[in-house]
Amino acid sequence: MKAAVITFPGSNCDDDAVFTLQHTLELNVDRLWHKEAKDLGEYNLVVVPGGFSYGDYLRCGAVASHSPIMGSVKQYAAHGGLTLGICNGFQVLCESGLLPGALIRNLTTNFICRDVTLRVTANNNPWTNQLKIGDELTLPIAHSEGRYIIEEPAYAEMKEKEQIVLSYVSNPNGSLFDISGVCNEAKNVFGLMPHPERSSDLRTRHGMGIWQSFLNWSAKQK
Amino acid sequence: MIKDTTVSTPELAKQLGVSAQEYDFICNKLERRPNYAELGIFSAMYSEHCSYKSSKPHLRKFPTSGKRVLQGPGENAGILDIGEGWGVAFKMESHNHPSFIEPYQGAATGVGGILRDVFTMGARPIASMNSLCFGDETQPRTPAIVKGVVKGIGDYGNCVGVPTVAGQTFFHPCYNGNPLVNAFTAGIVKHEKIFRASASGIGNVLVYAGAKTGRDGVHGATMASQEFSTEKELERPTVQVGDPFTEKLLLEATLEAMNSGLVLAIQDMGAAGITSSSFEMADRAGTGLEMVLDKIPVRERNLTAYELLLSESQERMLIVTSPDRVEALVAVFEKWDLHAVAVGTITDGKRVRMTLHGEQVVDLPVDLVADPPMADRPFCPPADLKQAWFMDRNKLHIAPLESKIQAVLLDLNFADPRPLAEQYDSMVGNRTQGETFDDAAVLRIREIESKAVRLAFTVDCNPRLCKLAPREGGRRSVAEAAMNLAVRGAEPIGITDCLNFGNPENPEVMWQLVEAVEGITEACTALHTPVVSGNVSLYNDTDGKAIYPTPMIGMVGLIEDALPLPFSRFYSTELELALVGPLEAALGGSVLASRWFKRDCGQPVDTDLNIVNRAIKFCRDLRKTRLTYAAHDISDGGLLSASLEMAFRANVEPIGLKLVIPAGKDVDEVLFGEALPRVLIAYDPGNRGEIENLASRHALPFAVVGNTNDGGTIQFHQGSALLWQGDTAELKARWASKWEVFFN
Repeated sequence: MKAAVITFPGSNCDDDAVFTLQHTLELNVDRLWHKEAKDLGEYNLVVVPGGFSYGDYLRCGAVASHSPIMGSVKQYAAHGGLTLGICNGFQVLCESGLLPGALIRNLTTNFICRDVTLRVTANNNPWTNQLKIGDELTLPIAHSEGRYIIEEPAYAEMKEKEQIVLSYVSNPNGSLFDISGVCNEAKNVFGLMPHPERSSDLRTRHGMGIWQSFLNWSAKQK
Repeated sequence: MIKDTTVSTPELAKQLGVSAQEYDFICNKLERRPNYAELGIFSAMYSEHCSYKSSKPHLRKFPTSGKRVLQGPGENAGILDIGEGWGVAFKMESHNHPSFIEPYQGAATGVGGILRDVFTMGARPIASMNSLCFGDETQPRTPAIVKGVVKGIGDYGNCVGVPTVAGQTFFHPCYNGNPLVNAFTAGIVKHEKIFRASASGIGNVLVYAGAKTGRDGVHGATMASQEFSTEKELERPTVQVGDPFTEKLLLEATLEAMNSGLVLAIQDMGAAGITSSSFEMADRAGTGLEMVLDKIPVRERNLTAYELLLSESQERMLIVTSPDRVEALVAVFEKWDLHAVAVGTITDGKRVRMTLHGEQVVDLPVDLVADPPMADRPFCPPADLKQAWFMDRNKLHIAPLESKIQAVLLDLNFADPRPLAEQYDSMVGNRTQGETFDDAAVLRIREIESKAVRLAFTVDCNPRLCKLAPREGGRRSVAEAAMNLAVRGAEPIGITDCLNFGNPENPEVMWQLVEAVEGITEACTALHTPVVSGNVSLYNDTDGKAIYPTPMIGMVGLIEDALPLPFSRFYSTELELALVGPLEAALGGSVLASRWFKRDCGQPVDTDLNIVNRAIKFCRDLRKTRLTYAAHDISDGGLLSASLEMAFRANVEPIGLKLVIPAGKDVDEVLFGEALPRVLIAYDPGNRGEIENLASRHALPFAVVGNTNDGGTIQFHQGSALLWQGDTAELKARWASKWEVFFN
């Protein structure tokens, strides 16, 4: 299987994602440069990593969403390609319109880095199918703009369509409805604020629940 | 405005901080008076900050060699061998003066500067730490300074993507007018990819890379070499402004250029910007330089040579490469949307010549600028030292235990660091193992695949002790740092230091510096931890009042296996507690003495470094036995603070703690005494025999001092008598929330 990790100027979790995919999951990994649009059809997974793309100037993820590579990601996702956005990557996917909702400044206004407990709230998707609804994962967060917001009617629809994938057990940032990770209606695009790549072969190792779900799903597609 | 080429005068020299003696020396050597631009160069390079003229003669005492030393002091950072062809590059630096004037930018650019020092060596930064000293709660500006500094460090480090994993934060009134911000960064580098800052090879090209130059920070180095007065708070324009996004690009572009073989030598533009980087690089190689200042990318128009040379605009590098590689080098920086421009060439003749608008504005011999005359500062011990050693031991003895315990627990310094620590990304890089902001942080080196290698990092200093006895203070700051690493099972391998003192022209301050350097030298020699890099920050005075001597130590340790790490927390309600090391310890210089007598007092007892060495070996052996996973170094606040911290950090609830002080022992000395080495460990009671044997093999005292339980209370007994008890949850809540006030 083949995965790709995008590097924007200011990405700083791209190395961590590459390491986890290569060493822990033993996938072939390509790095994609933000300036170069290309056909991503050959990949089983595209990761939009964490960091501060373009310095987070303007709005987190806003400038990145207009980069040449994100044009390619939109095409790839439209054809069902599995796309994962972590932290800043989640912000980029929201800004790109690939995921509903938006991420704004934490309620405390401070940057927060700590392990948080998440509850699996949907598992009929490529990302949590190896976990049970109600399962708890402990993963680190590290962000100052991770407060997920969405309008109430849209939330009801997302809930109905099992798009709310992960929720905080103890809400650290003021996210509406305790949301920490969501997918699109087709479920091939997933974004979350916590960092599974930092807890895969280290710390709690709970990130493996997400990776194994992805591997399992992809294996079945063949 | 004075023109660059205007001939200077003694009055102008004085205004720019060049002494009459130094000015005469310069004029004699040059056989003319320097012009204004040249005088600016001397003013920066002869400043204490750049020249180390007061401290250098004493710093030569430091042990700087050892089997692991790949690079000692004198470069942008020191490097130690960690095996398998890899090295760890590290350094600590102060940003005290800017952080007082503008806490957010001052602290942020402090982080930026130290990151550049490390990646300039070719190393990828993997961990940062900081040591912060603030005024106390009575100082109205303290909360704003704390908040600004912490946010500055966080915003910069988080964006660049280097985890901030450990730190020390200390509140004391001696920092009311002069807070300290010391930043540490470590990076890892392959031996054959180490880069140095030497401008060699006649005909090679000097390339300016990174952010554009503006007027910010002009004369920062000179500012950092003067005492503060309250009016100085108006000097905001001399504080640099940082951009972590540009730093991240500069980091990636620089490492990419290095890995592509496009860099021969490199230096970051830190204090005194282009001036120090160019003269120092030429000095190291024994060459000269010719530079065309018009070529420097600028973000403001009409900069004079004086401003271009002294600007401390951030995120800039000076790179040496060969003429045939310039084009490829520029291309790498352009890929990362950064400027890179050839600005000069390397010449023979050991002179630096610079032109602006076709006019020669600088023509100076390299050595005259780069090797200023040293200052021979007189020193003598303070007259009132012995008075401070007086402490009414009896008064303390008869005071009720409850009041003494509360005195220590109410200390602003006895607090959970998490309200600060959680504002820093401590895990980016996928290396951080376990707890951060504890005795020491541990990171795996995932680049080394042939065997398990982990590095441990800690910063430490005990300013209270350094004030009472600077030699013992220096000694104990090193030993304490070593113990912090040892309780995690790491072998201490070397240090960097940041020597923060007052005005060296005051013989008493100079004495503190000389004594602390002696103490550090003794400890580093005994513990085999060479000094490989460092920084000196003097003139930390405001309105004539000096800070306490604060020789901050940043220490690196090595762990060469993948065995589990002990942490400073209880992991079960059925553990036995033992204190390894002397059960009773002196109260002189302790937190209790300071809190009780409302002044820092008592005569500290000299640390026996042989016992410290044995305790380090004991801790390392203990981890390998896997007989315990809980160990904590006992320091400020003695056994009282250490045992409570382990209970508060416990990962089981409810947790109770019963400390039993053996009959006949002095309760104050057991509970509040502070000496080295003392380690508190907790283990399954069945393992006692083996652990006690291990302690005796290392000739260390071992005493069982209690146990954990699920009672939810903290109890202190002597024999069978209950001396004191408190509710764990209630005590923990106070400890955990104490520093939250700064961030609400």
